[in-house]
Amino acid sequence: MNTASPVKIAPLSRGGEWTFDLLEAYDDAIADIAHNEFGLDTFPNQIEVIASEQMLDAYAYTGLPICYPHWSYGKQFIQHSESYRRGQQGLAYEIVINSNPCIAYLMEDNTMPMQGLVIAHACYGHNSFFKGNYLFRQWTTPDGIVDYMVFARNYILECEERYGITAVEDIIDACHALMHHGVDRYHHPSPLSSDEERARLLAREEHNWKRYDEIWTTVPDADDKSTDIQQHSGRFPKEPQENLLYFIEKHSPVLEDWQREIVRIVRKVAQYFYPQGLTKVMNEGWATFWHYTLLNRLYDKGLVDDGFMFEVLQSHTNVVTQLPYNHRAYSGINPYALGFAMMRDLRRICEKPDDEDRHWFPDIAGGNWLEVMDFAMRNFKDESFIAQYLSPKLIREFHLFAIADRADDDMLSVSEIHNEQGYREVRRLLSRQYNRDTNVPDIQIVNYNYRRDRSLELEYRQHRNRPLNKEAKEVMKHLARLWGFTVTLNTVDDSGKVKETLSVEAPKY
Amino acid sequence: MIIDRRLNDRNKSASNRQRFIRRYKAQLRRAVTDAVAERSITDMEQGADVGIPVRDISEPQFGMGPGGDRDFVLPGNREYSRGDRLPKPQGGGGKGDGSGQSGDGGGEEDQFTFTLSKEEFMNLFFDDLELPRLARTTLGESEHFRYKRGGYTPNGAPMNLSIPRSLRNALARRIALGAPLRRELEQLKASGGSQDEIEALEDRLNNLPFLDDYDLRFRNRYRVAEPVSKAVMFCLMDVSASMTEQKKDLAKRFYILLYLFLTRKYRSVELVFIRHTENAEEVNEQDFFHDPKTGGTVVLSALKMMEEIALSRYDSSDWNIYAAQVSDGDAFGADVEKSRAFLADHLLPLCQYFAYVEVPDRSDVATPLGAAYSAISDERFAMSEIFDRSEVYPALRDLFHKEAA
Repeated sequence: MNTASPVKIAPLSRGGEWTFDLLEAYDDAIADIAHNEFGLDTFPNQIEVIASEQMLDAYAYTGLPICYPHWSYGKQFIQHSESYRRGQQGLAYEIVINSNPCIAYLMEDNTMPMQGLVIAHACYGHNSFFKGNYLFRQWTTPDGIVDYMVFARNYILECEERYGITAVEDIIDACHALMHHGVDRYHHPSPLSSDEERARLLAREEHNWKRYDEIWTTVPDADDKSTDIQQHSGRFPKEPQENLLYFIEKHSPVLEDWQREIVRIVRKVAQYFYPQGLTKVMNEGWATFWHYTLLNRLYDKGLVDDGFMFEVLQSHTNVVTQLPYNHRAYSGINPYALGFAMMRDLRRICEKPDDEDRHWFPDIAGGNWLEVMDFAMRNFKDESFIAQYLSPKLIREFHLFAIADRADDDMLSVSEIHNEQGYREVRRLLSRQYNRDTNVPDIQIVNYNYRRDRSLELEYRQHRNRPLNKEAKEVMKHLARLWGFTVTLNTVDDSGKVKETLSVEAPKY
Repeated sequence: MIIDRRLNDRNKSASNRQRFIRRYKAQLRRAVTDAVAERSITDMEQGADVGIPVRDISEPQFGMGPGGDRDFVLPGNREYSRGDRLPKPQGGGGKGDGSGQSGDGGGEEDQFTFTLSKEEFMNLFFDDLELPRLARTTLGESEHFRYKRGGYTPNGAPMNLSIPRSLRNALARRIALGAPLRRELEQLKASGGSQDEIEALEDRLNNLPFLDDYDLRFRNRYRVAEPVSKAVMFCLMDVSASMTEQKKDLAKRFYILLYLFLTRKYRSVELVFIRHTENAEEVNEQDFFHDPKTGGTVVLSALKMMEEIALSRYDSSDWNIYAAQVSDGDAFGADVEKSRAFLADHLLPLCQYFAYVEVPDRSDVATPLGAAYSAISDERFAMSEIFDRSEVYPALRDLFHKEAA
C-alpha cells in the first residue's frame, strides 16, 4: 500500500456499498468537476433512489414521472416486467427526466461505482444537454412539465368518471395513433403552465354555461370558429397542415370540449417527446462522453480507487459496443456507441488534429475542445450533427458502408464504403437516416369539404416511392372516429400524381 | 438533492395493468377457459401464462411499408467494396434495415404472453361463471381466522396485560437502576458518611418507581388463517357415451367451484372420483375427465361404491362428506327407483351435502333419474339442471348461502 505522500487524497469510498451520505459526497465531487473545471451548465438535480419494481413502473411511462392512465402503458409495463422476470432483459441503470429540477432515478440495487456512473451520466450529462440543446429549449418546458402532467392526469381521470372509461379510451387510442403527427415542426409552441391550462378550461366552461340557452342553440352562432371557414370560398385550410392533431382539436365537427382537451393533452405530450427522438445519438453520446470524462477526472484526483474504475469501465464498455451488421444480436446502429465516438473524436480533433482533420475540419482542428463541443451540443440535432462532424476516421473505425435498395432492381448493391471516395456519401446517407422524414411519413391535411359532406382530405407525399405500411388503414379509422365524417388519404408520388386512395367512413353510433 | 423514494407506492402501474386486462377480457377469458380445461381441480388457484395474438393489441401508426427506393448505412463492413451486389433478404429486409426505429423488430412473436396473477385468474374464472360478489368474497379470501398467542409486545389492551412479565421487567429495572445507588450507599456507610447524604441516597432508592410504563408487557396475539377441519368430496359422474366433452366441461366447473368452496371451509379436502357406466370404478382425476369409456348406465353401482368407500375410509365422525353427482339423467328400469331409495336411505345420512347436477340434452323433458330424485326432500340434498356455464353457480347457490353464513 502506498501511504507515502501525505498530499494524496483518500478515495471517497471503497467497495460496492452505497449510503445516502456517500451519494451526496459523490454528487458534490462530480458537480465540482462538472461545473468548475468543465463549465457544464445544468438544471438543479433531484436524485431519487427507487427500488427495481419502481423502475419497471417508471419504464412504462416512457420517461415521465407521472402520466394519465391508459391500457397501452399497462401493456408496456407487462412487457417489461415479463421480460425482466424471464431474465431476457436487465433494467436500465437510470432514467432521467427533462424537467426543472432535473429528476434522475437511481436504482437501489446498483453498487456505489454504478451510482457514481449514473450520477455523472444523467445528472450532469443528460441534464446539461436538456438545458443547452436548441431543440429542447424550443420545444419543451422543463419548468412546467411535471405540473402539466399532474393536471393532465387529473383531467383525464375526471373525464373517465364523467363519461366512462371506454369513451375516454377511444379518444386516447385514436390520438395515440396520430401522435407522431401532432407536432408543429416549425412553429414555436407556447410554454406549458398547468395553472393557465386550468384557468383556460374554467373560463371556457363558464362561458358555455352563461351562454346556455335552449332557443339560441338553433341559431347560427356568430363567433363560432366555423365562420372563418365559411368565408373561405376556396380550399380550407389554405396551406396544407401537417399537425393533424392540432387541426382536429380546432376544427373537428363532432368532438365535444372534453374530447378536444384530451386531443390537446396528447398533442402536448407528443411535443414534449419530439426533441428526444431527434437527438438520440447526440444526447446519449454527450452523456456518455461526460460520465467517461468526469469519472476519469475523479480517478486522476484520487477520489476513487482502481476497483471503482474497473467496474465503471466494464459497464461503460458494454454500453458503447457496436455490433457489426451481420451479428446475430445486431439491432441497428447503437446511439451510445456512435454518439460517444463522435464526441470523443471532436475532442481529439481539437486537441491532437492530424492532416486529415485539418483538411476536413479546418475551423475546429486545434480549437478549444470545450468551446467546440459546447457549440455542437447546443446547435445541432442528430441529422445535422452527423452531417457536420462525422470524421473519415470514425467511418473507417465503424467500417460503415452504404447499401442501395431500389424498387426496380431485385438485388441490393453496395453504393459506397469507407474509403476516400465514399466518405462524403456515406456521411450524407447516414445523416439522412436520422432525418425524421425517413421514418415518419409526410402526411398533411389538404382540404376540409366544409360546405359539402364535411369530409377531410389528406395527402401522403411519397418520398422516393415508399408506400405506407399496412397499419395505415387502422390509423385512418382512428382519424375518422375523431373527425366524425369520411376521411380520405391520397398517396401522391414524386411527380404529384395520385397513385392510391384510401377512404374511411366515420363509424356510426 | 437526494430523495429516498423506495418506500413510495410500488404499484403505480397496477391500474394500467387492470385497464389492459379489462380491455382484452374477451381474449383473456378464452385463455382462462383453456387453462381451466387443462388444470386439475386441486391446482386451480394459481396464476397462469396466457397469450393474446399480437395483432389484436398492436397500436397502429403511420409508417413506411416495404418497397420504394431506400439507402441505408450499416456498420462492420469486412468484405464488401463499392459496386458489390447481394441478394435482397426475404420478408422486406428486417435485418438490413439500419434505421433506428425498426431495428428492434427482429424477434417479434405472434403471441403476447404474460402471467396472470392468481387473483386476476380467479376473477376471470368467476366472471365466466357469473359469480355474484358475495360468493366471490366468500371464495376469494374468506378463511376462518383464529387468534394465536405469539410472544409479548410493549403495548396492547389492558386485558392482555401479562402480570408476571411486567413485574419481572419492573424488578430487573429496579435492580439495574438501584445498583449504583446501593453501591454508593454501602460505601458511604462503610466510610461513615454524613447522615444527610445517606438519607438522600435512601430516598432516591425508595423513589425508584415500582412499576413503570415501559415495564408493561402484553400478551401478543396474531391472526392465523385456519380452515375448520377436514372434508372429503365425492365426485360421481356418469361417463357413458351420451356424456359429451362439453357436458364434462360443465361438470368440471361445477366440481371446481365446489372444491374451492370446501377448501375455504376445511383445512384439508380430499377428492374421490367415481365414474360409472354399468359398473362403477374409482379413478384418478385425469381418467375421470378425459378417459373415454363406453357402456350402459347403472347409477346404483356408483352410489354403492361411494358408500363402501365412505364407510371404510372416511369415518363420518372425523370427516365431512360432500358429494356431487353429475349425469345426463339417463337411467333405465328398476335402477332408477333403487338408486333413489339407496340415496335417500343410506347415503344422505352420511353426507353434509349431496348435489345432483343434471346436464340434459333438452330442457323440456324430465329425465328418468331427475324425475325420481325430485321426490327426495331432504335439506342436505340439492338438484339442478345446467345447460350453460353461467348456470353452474346458481346450482350451488343454496349451499353458499347456507354455509357461508
